[in-house]
Amino acid sequence: MMRKIVLALAFSAVAFVAPASAEEGGGLLPAGTKVGNIASLQRGARLYFNYCSGCHSIKYQSYSRLADDLKLAPGEVLSNFAFTGAKIGDQIVSNMPADHAQEWFGKAPPDLSLEARAKGPDWIYTYLKSFYLDPSRPVGWNNTVFPGASMPNVLWELQGTQVAHYAPAKPGEEPAVEKLELSSKGKLSGEEFDAAARDITAFLQYVGEPAALKREAVGVWAILYLAFFTFLAWLLNNEYWKDVH
Amino acid sequence: MANVFTSIGNWVNERAPGMMPVYRKHMTEYYAPKNFNFWYYFGVLAMVVLVNQILTGIFLTMFYKPGAATAFDSVEYIMRDVDWGWLIRYMHSTGASMFFIVVYLHMFRGLMYGSYKKPRELVWLLGMFIFLALMAEAFMGYVLPWGNMSFWGAKVIISLFGAVPLIGDTLVQWIMGDYNPADATLNRFFALHVIALPLVLLLLVVLHIFALHEVGSNNPDGVEIKKKKDPATGKPLDGIPFHPYYTVHDIVGVGFFLTICAFIIFYQPTVGGWFLENDNFIPANPLVTPPEIKPVWYFTPFYGILRVIPDKGLGISAMFASIVLLFLLPWLDRGAVKSIRYRGLGYKVALGLFALTFLLLGSIGAGLTAEWIPKIFGASADVTSIEMHFGWLLVLMYFGYFIFLFGYTAFGYEKTKPVPERVTGGGH
Amino acid sequence: MANEGVNQGRRRFLTGTTVVVGGIGAAFAATPFIKSWQPSERAKNAGAPVLQDISKIEPGQKISVLWRGSPVWIVNRTKAMLDTLPGLDGRLRDPKSQVDQQPKYAQNETRSIKPEWLVMIGICTHLGCSPEYIPEIKPEPFDPEWKGGFFCPCHKSRYDISGRVFQGVPAPANMVVPPYKFVDDNHILIGVNPEDKA
Repeated sequence: MMRKIVLALAFSAVAFVAPASAEEGGGLLPAGTKVGNIASLQRGARLYFNYCSGCHSIKYQSYSRLADDLKLAPGEVLSNFAFTGAKIGDQIVSNMPADHAQEWFGKAPPDLSLEARAKGPDWIYTYLKSFYLDPSRPVGWNNTVFPGASMPNVLWELQGTQVAHYAPAKPGEEPAVEKLELSSKGKLSGEEFDAAARDITAFLQYVGEPAALKREAVGVWAILYLAFFTFLAWLLNNEYWKDVH
Repeated sequence: MANVFTSIGNWVNERAPGMMPVYRKHMTEYYAPKNFNFWYYFGVLAMVVLVNQILTGIFLTMFYKPGAATAFDSVEYIMRDVDWGWLIRYMHSTGASMFFIVVYLHMFRGLMYGSYKKPRELVWLLGMFIFLALMAEAFMGYVLPWGNMSFWGAKVIISLFGAVPLIGDTLVQWIMGDYNPADATLNRFFALHVIALPLVLLLLVVLHIFALHEVGSNNPDGVEIKKKKDPATGKPLDGIPFHPYYTVHDIVGVGFFLTICAFIIFYQPTVGGWFLENDNFIPANPLVTPPEIKPVWYFTPFYGILRVIPDKGLGISAMFASIVLLFLLPWLDRGAVKSIRYRGLGYKVALGLFALTFLLLGSIGAGLTAEWIPKIFGASADVTSIEMHFGWLLVLMYFGYFIFLFGYTAFGYEKTKPVPERVTGGGH
Repeated sequence: MANEGVNQGRRRFLTGTTVVVGGIGAAFAATPFIKSWQPSERAKNAGAPVLQDISKIEPGQKISVLWRGSPVWIVNRTKAMLDTLPGLDGRLRDPKSQVDQQPKYAQNETRSIKPEWLVMIGICTHLGCSPEYIPEIKPEPFDPEWKGGFFCPCHKSRYDISGRVFQGVPAPANMVVPPYKFVDDNHILIGVNPEDKA
């Protein structure tokens, strides 16, 4: 009887935990990334270096590691990705001088190595899709996921431009953005852009934790071994406890 | 081959004859009750986790660089550049949380079966000191990566010491070695976390086990097995030698436990932000406060008590008292019957409510209740007020447990069932 | 109760199996810890091959390049320097470079790929000091018959202009030649062997 009460408590504890993870979503779109998909990471890397690396560093990542993990030749990586004259063993750092960045954007663009671990992939994916034109901002853009962001929409050529539709303002409050609508098309269709945003997100997830690729593969063996060992130990235990009455 | 070992054994035995009797006393001739159940695994599991923390901790120290300018980078170095560094790090972070899961369940066993009662009060007290040392060790360990939560968590918790009358502010500055948690704080926490507290923990664990072996283990029926001995051998009728029966039994438990840990380490090392918090992947920044400062999950029940009491001094005293009262359990519980199996209905209900209260206080400390309240009471609910009043109820229930326990047992209100002479169950 | 003999046998078998399987597991568990001591990704990147432009090195000049923490000397030897080499065999410990201190392609009199370019780690094989470069062919206080080479001030070991060690000095072996190759006539890559050679 007591055992049942305690087990019930334990399960309610788990119930407390589970919602927390789902609730973290809070209106974010699911990224649907597959970090194990090397092709996605390669596309994401190309997009990242073409559109993001001018301002953002990923200083904990080296070019050589990128080449190994994404199955690219070191020469390819250097010629396609390293615009800054870097060597293969170097860490990936943007060329933008920090003081200029402060001047131009009001805030130095942060390093993105761990962005996917700090915010989660859903946040990054939704953020990339949520820029809209806002003349009241110095850079001319705003973002519903990060209101007041100092970053322009670097992907506008691909996505097209979005404008905000505002809900009627409550007295004494600023009007809230109700939804975003595409005002002019970009080079990619809606689905194609979603895929591009997803690839960039997957790439940043990889950069956040390169070991993830290996972690799950090793895990299979570790768990199989432990399950087998536990089974053996259980047989041994039963054999000895035959003595006990 | 066996002869070599035997002759070495004999050589040592001639020169240190006291060693074999110690081994026999604690292993092959330590008679433990034969009816240990699931709740009795958590002691040995705690030892396994302690060994894990020490081994992985030693290796982490080979690569980690303490210091405000280098710590965060060095953790990423371990995660990315050191061969298998990511695994060592995840084993250590998972171990830290598992330590508390195991220890809380271990303590709960003590509450259920009256393991803290005479003659085992010393075992309980030593265990409570281990719990204190463990909390300090975990707190300091969390500061070491020098992420943003490391910094702000350190700032909030250290500032609590400012509530001490007269010397509070000096004390806070003395602990930090600076005007804010800084390089000086980090370095001294490193020294304490890596060597000072582990030595204290090891010593306390050894004393805890010695104290236990002096009086013998309790069991789920709360029956003293030493009272019924075999006239021929002098051994307890309901006891079995710890080795080989419980060594072999515990290996199964350890195997099962490690399998669960492996699932976490290899498939969900952050456990959705509960074991490794998202905000700690951002470097420490004294100018930017995280949206929600909260401690790691295992401190949340005590943090919950602190948060719901608006007065700082009173809140800290309540938090302090919530742990001190646990020390006093052997003297608050005046009941003669040890095990919940034979205790009054009132006790069973009280203990169940106490466990639920602990969990709900944790949900306040973790910020979960703040998320649930708008869902239950509507979007325009006054979250702070509802949370605070709910928290007061829980604080009353938490302290109420101890008061109830004393009143219920000291004045004869408890109606117990007859305790059997011999253990029930045991043997496979 | 079952037959004692059978019980014991099964017990021993199960114990043995569990111990062996457990031991294997422990060995696998220990492996990541042991491997963590290998040079990290960062160390390997820092120890990567070094490309050096040699077009500006004058004849008779020596430069020093850092590779894997050691000074690698590149010397542009003159004909006069190279001419000293054949006559020294009798005074050297290991004139044919038989001790394994150099790649196969440097196991010759000039201890190099191209005769004039010496590429060598500038550390004395005695106790690790860095010898001085004394290329002039004239008598020296430490050797009246000096034909140019390297002299270690710490314990007075001497080497010829190919880094071959003299007899009668504390150093036991010729100075080490690292793996290297010519990327083109003006660039040497230190740390990598040429494709077609050992």
